[in-house]
Amino acid sequence: MIGLSHYLVLGALLFALGMAGIFLNRKNAIVLLMSIELILLAVNFNFIGFSTFMGDLAGQVFVFFILTVAAAESAIGLAIMVALFRNRNSIDVADLDTMKG
Amino acid sequence: MFEFVFYVFAVVLIFAATMVITARNPVHAAMYLVLAFFNSAALWIMAGAEFLGIVLVLVYVGAVMVLFLFVVMMLDINLEKLREGFVRHLYIGVPIAAVMVVQMLLVVGSGIMDPATLPGGDLPIPEDAANTALIGSVLYTVYVYPFELAAVILLVAIIAAIMLTLRRREGTKHQDPGRQVRVRKADRLRTVDLPRNSRRDSE
Repeated sequence: MIGLSHYLVLGALLFALGMAGIFLNRKNAIVLLMSIELILLAVNFNFIGFSTFMGDLAGQVFVFFILTVAAAESAIGLAIMVALFRNRNSIDVADLDTMKG
Repeated sequence: MFEFVFYVFAVVLIFAATMVITARNPVHAAMYLVLAFFNSAALWIMAGAEFLGIVLVLVYVGAVMVLFLFVVMMLDINLEKLREGFVRHLYIGVPIAAVMVVQMLLVVGSGIMDPATLPGGDLPIPEDAANTALIGSVLYTVYVYPFELAAVILLVAIIAAIMLTLRRREGTKHQDPGRQVRVRKADRLRTVDLPRNSRRDSE
């Protein structure tokens, strides 16, 4: 029988994969954005698992809003990527040092 | 049968997510992310969240991933340079990810997450209700302000994305609608008095 823990474990694995992706792809900011999408997907898995197995709709509505914000975030992130590539001719995160932070 | 289908989708999802972060080519990574989203949508539909599963396919696979592919193909990236330090970061990333998985498994396995013992919420799902109709009925009543806020966030994202990528280049021809509207007849049209003795008179 598939229970809540199945969805939670799947979410945990996805989250860890997204986290590892952020560490591994330091040179490629586009794959970094994809890793963030994976992490958000893992969060959504937890919300949907809890929503289903506790019989409460609030989790699914929250996933709806997370999807909205994630879509906006990736659109702006990709626009920043395009602007960055025009100015620096690179999408390496290490090249993002214009502001000397 | 249900469990078998769940495990098939889960294994393909984990495989696709692994390939997203290890693929050499960003285009392949984007395609594997599409596969991951498809499997997630199937798992969500199996969990009873049909509306969100379809939204994931429509919005993510249909719009966001196409945007990703556009950007990946538009930028001329040096693939060899992107892979530098991959193995070096492997020794940091994998242990941290493993530690996080173990910790989260400890929490899940400790039995705190038993749905029977957790307190219930405010929006119980009726037994025989359509998922989409339920979400629609709360989205425009209970969650109407968050819903409008989400719309504003999307508008801000549109404007921000356009402004970030807009650039005015010198020497290109473009329309100026304001000047087009303000134009008067006298600016464009010049009436010329032709002399009477044209060719017809001489024939």
